[in-house]
Amino acid sequence: MLSFGKLDLKEKALAHLVTPEIEHLVASIPKPVGSFGYDPWGYNEDQFKAALGAAKWLYDKYFRVTAHGLENIPRSGRVLIIGNHSGQLPMDGVLVGVAAATNPDGPRLARAMIERFFPTVPWLGNYLNALGGVIGDPVNCSKMLEMDEAIIVFPEGVRGSGKLYKQRYQLQRFGNGFMHLAMNHKTPIVPVGIVGCEETMPALVNLKPLARLLGLPYLPLVPSLLPLPARVYLNFGKPMQFSACANEAEVTERVEQVKAELRLLIDQGLQERTSIYR
Amino acid sequence: MAKTTPSRKTVLITGAAGSLAKRVIARLQGRYDVIAVDFRRKVETDAGIPSYLVELHKRGFEDIFAEHKIDAVIHIGRMFAHERDRLQRYNANVLGTKRLLDLARKYQVGQVIIHSTYMVYGASAYNPALIDEEAPLKASEVTQDLVDSVEVESLANIYLWKHPDLNITILRPCNVLGPGVRNTMSILLARPLVPVLVGFSPMMQFLHVEDMAEAMVLAFEKNQPGIYNVAPDDYVPYQQAVTECGCRKLPIPSIPPLLPRSISTALNWNAFFPPYMISYFKYPVILDGTVFSQTFGWKPKRNLNDIFSYYRKQKLAAKSAR
Repeated sequence: MLSFGKLDLKEKALAHLVTPEIEHLVASIPKPVGSFGYDPWGYNEDQFKAALGAAKWLYDKYFRVTAHGLENIPRSGRVLIIGNHSGQLPMDGVLVGVAAATNPDGPRLARAMIERFFPTVPWLGNYLNALGGVIGDPVNCSKMLEMDEAIIVFPEGVRGSGKLYKQRYQLQRFGNGFMHLAMNHKTPIVPVGIVGCEETMPALVNLKPLARLLGLPYLPLVPSLLPLPARVYLNFGKPMQFSACANEAEVTERVEQVKAELRLLIDQGLQERTSIYR
Repeated sequence: MAKTTPSRKTVLITGAAGSLAKRVIARLQGRYDVIAVDFRRKVETDAGIPSYLVELHKRGFEDIFAEHKIDAVIHIGRMFAHERDRLQRYNANVLGTKRLLDLARKYQVGQVIIHSTYMVYGASAYNPALIDEEAPLKASEVTQDLVDSVEVESLANIYLWKHPDLNITILRPCNVLGPGVRNTMSILLARPLVPVLVGFSPMMQFLHVEDMAEAMVLAFEKNQPGIYNVAPDDYVPYQQAVTECGCRKLPIPSIPPLLPRSISTALNWNAFFPPYMISYFKYPVILDGTVFSQTFGWKPKRNLNDIFSYYRKQKLAAKSAR
């Protein structure tokens, strides 16, 4: 076989990433999969383990994440984790995912909503699916909540992740979709204020015409193509419950309640932070 | 002709030469009077089962209804997208089904089961997983080769609400595989070398033909008209299915999209790489089969490994025979 040497390397790398600790964590995540280890969206246990191994290193050593309020993520049952989006690349989603998967109060697989163009990218689309990512389609969310999954949503979408450094920690317009999901499926919302990701990739300008030409949602001018090692603070708030309501104005009001809670959690993180990178 | 006891229902089955229909007939035989119809060839049947070679959209088809008092039709026969040209398929599938439904009305047939396919939903990058029966049918947007499949569905849907006395049940199964199955996917996986698109391995669902036959018989006997996905709650990526079936992969460059299309046109000798399959090799169509399972109390008895091992063993046998 041609790829014999490569296979050996791959196994060694895997052994390094998938430590007994990771094995144990993933084994204790309540997540049903089919006979080949896949779920309907393409989540795969083995690929998740390897990625979690790598992401945990980023979480512990590179971004040196401090997380508070992890006990607010329910051990089981449906939940929407709602955060503020920033940092050009979705590192914030990865870090919240690691926090949930390594939660000492009960590890969860928290699924991220990915942009709609990812499935069209070879390898990357399938890979993100294998790690639990799914395109942010309301049908997907409904089905997953009915299956009692945990979902991470950044209601700002690209408005949040693509904003410039001068707009840091200013919440952009929230979509109302997540609130409808929470109400329709009687799902608690756990807000998470994320501090530090803004500084991982500070953007000075957004090269809009070029982005449009390349079919990208945005294209920032950044000092470094790799995320900078900013310290990250995650503050999870108490679960918020919302009952059904009559009209869209009321929905928007409830979304504002979540935004207000998020602002408090973000402030908490900003006050806690003594230095950005050190 | 076999004597008909008045209490026994007479069931007409189209596509009787196919492996699914054969299995359905085997299950109904003895309890019902079965009539076998196929457009490909006159099917060899057991004693007591009349068999006809007839094209549904041709005149001879009506004679069968005139001759027998038919209580139910199980419409399985379909010209697959890799068979003949588009016009012939349209005639056979769409006009054939239309005629079948009209005859069913004229001769007061009490029940019609239509065998459709998951492909009608269309494979798209934006597909959510666990597609419900209410989802739009986007296959004709993806490829003209499946227009007839979508048309058959919309026809059946019109008759379903316009003529409730026909008790139409539309079944949309995922990939059906197994011994003797001649659909596109089964033909592909029976080959030693199978095309895959580089960097794309969509999730898929597979059903053993025996379980599908069981589902069709249940749909007939329990008579709960409506539209149902028929699929297990187990999932596997296409490329892994290819490997599990003992096939070697032939990687086809996937981007830009023009590339796989032209390669497919060049390679589509003997349905080796049908162009309409490109999007299904790329994007998933995962069905939610809950409604069917719950309504009919159905659960597949064979798992993915049972399904794939048939194709694996077939290849091993072919190898040792050489």
